[in-house]
Amino acid sequence: MTRPESKTGIVGWGAYVPRYRLKAEEVVRVWGFEKSMPQNLFIIEKAVGGPDEDALTIGWEAARNALMRAQVDPAEIKAVFFGTESKPYAVKPSATVIAEALGITPVTMASDLEFACRAGSEGLRASIGLVSSGMMKYAMAIGSDTAQANPGDVLEFTASSGAAAFIVGPREESVAYFEGSYTYVTDTPDFWRRGLSPYPLHGEGFTGEPAYFHHIISAVKGLFEELGLGPEDFDYAVFHQPNGKFPLRVGKKLGFPKEKVMPGLVTPWIGNTYNGSAFIGLAKVLDQARPGQRILVAPFGSGAGSDAYSLVVTDKIEEKKPLAPTVEDYIRRKIYIDYSLYSRFRGIIRRITA
Amino acid sequence: MKLSIPRFWRERASHYRLVGSRCKSCGKISYPPKPVCPYCGHRETEEVELPRRGRVLSYTVIYTVPDGFRKYAPLILGLVELENGVRVVAPLTDVMPHEVRTGMKVEAVLRRVQEDGEHGVIYYGVKFRPSMEY
Ligand SMILES: [Zn+2]
Repeated sequence: MTRPESKTGIVGWGAYVPRYRLKAEEVVRVWGFEKSMPQNLFIIEKAVGGPDEDALTIGWEAARNALMRAQVDPAEIKAVFFGTESKPYAVKPSATVIAEALGITPVTMASDLEFACRAGSEGLRASIGLVSSGMMKYAMAIGSDTAQANPGDVLEFTASSGAAAFIVGPREESVAYFEGSYTYVTDTPDFWRRGLSPYPLHGEGFTGEPAYFHHIISAVKGLFEELGLGPEDFDYAVFHQPNGKFPLRVGKKLGFPKEKVMPGLVTPWIGNTYNGSAFIGLAKVLDQARPGQRILVAPFGSGAGSDAYSLVVTDKIEEKKPLAPTVEDYIRRKIYIDYSLYSRFRGIIRRITA
Repeated sequence: MKLSIPRFWRERASHYRLVGSRCKSCGKISYPPKPVCPYCGHRETEEVELPRRGRVLSYTVIYTVPDGFRKYAPLILGLVELENGVRVVAPLTDVMPHEVRTGMKVEAVLRRVQEDGEHGVIYYGVKFRPSMEY
């Protein structure tokens, strides 16, 4: 049986990471954590968006990079899905601004999706469906966040800013085609943010095993079963990365050696970019992958759910690599700021206006 | 300093995509786009998307900022010459006053330009930041 996914692939990928960095030791210093905390979480530093950056602008640059690699007429993209949990407006889509700024409007679908850190991935699965059905030739999924964390919460070590975007199109034009995809969701109270709350809360006891590990493992095993594949068939494994430790641990539980997880691991150096997390990991793997290699990607979102995808790299990838900056280019481009500037840039310091 | 929402909306192509106008008579390009050519007075112009890369010809650092701009302060305003020679005045971003210099290679990005307080519209527009080399 031919799976519908296999008619489609990624025709362009792009990422973006802001240039400001906050060292984990700054959070230790300001909030009185144990010095061993960054090491326990495997987090060295995190990316911080500048004062004029938000999830929309960050997503725009990732989408622009994806478009530069895809080299398709923007007007031929007929869907823009923007996955985020830090949209600038509660009501008014970011997807329309990005679509307008890239010349994709007006004949296109455009929407902002919410499912904690896997909304962008839901957009990716929807894109695969729309393209494989023949409803459109190209669709774009963006995962972007300026992740919030309650000041002094353990999440503050990792919550960061960044994005990645993928343009899905016909398999023949793709740099990597989809072999299959599988989604696993349940109602799990591991992490949430109410409508007018500035910061999310997490349900202790739900965050690790019942949420992250259970959902990713279930999605990946479901995919393995459907495709008749196992960890030995993959060259890379990319997972959602709330910290540096979890993706290595979930990889181990699924039978992946560290060497297959490390190439897509970005959180220790840029933090958890929420909707950008597994997406930037995939972008980084595409930056270095060779034709014929097989990639497993499994984003996760609290609430909770995970998607697992299997991708096979084609020989078109080499010509696309140099057309936009790599994830590594953005990781290397950095300047350190202290907790004060970080607080100002991310709106933690509140000013009033007369 | 409040912007007009309808005016910003009409001009969004130039704010979001660096779209200028080319005179159908003398061929000169203006940014922001103008209905009448400022060089020869011809009344027919067409939209043209400008190159995203250029270099800083000159700049000024503004420390005393208008209301609503303290979060972006200091503001650095640049005179940028694009790769096709067109000159654009726009904010510079991702650069501190001690890092900026004339001749610096820059590229256009989309950033927040201003917002109508906490509850109003957010305005996005073109700014220039040091070019990514890749
Ligand atoms: Zn003229």
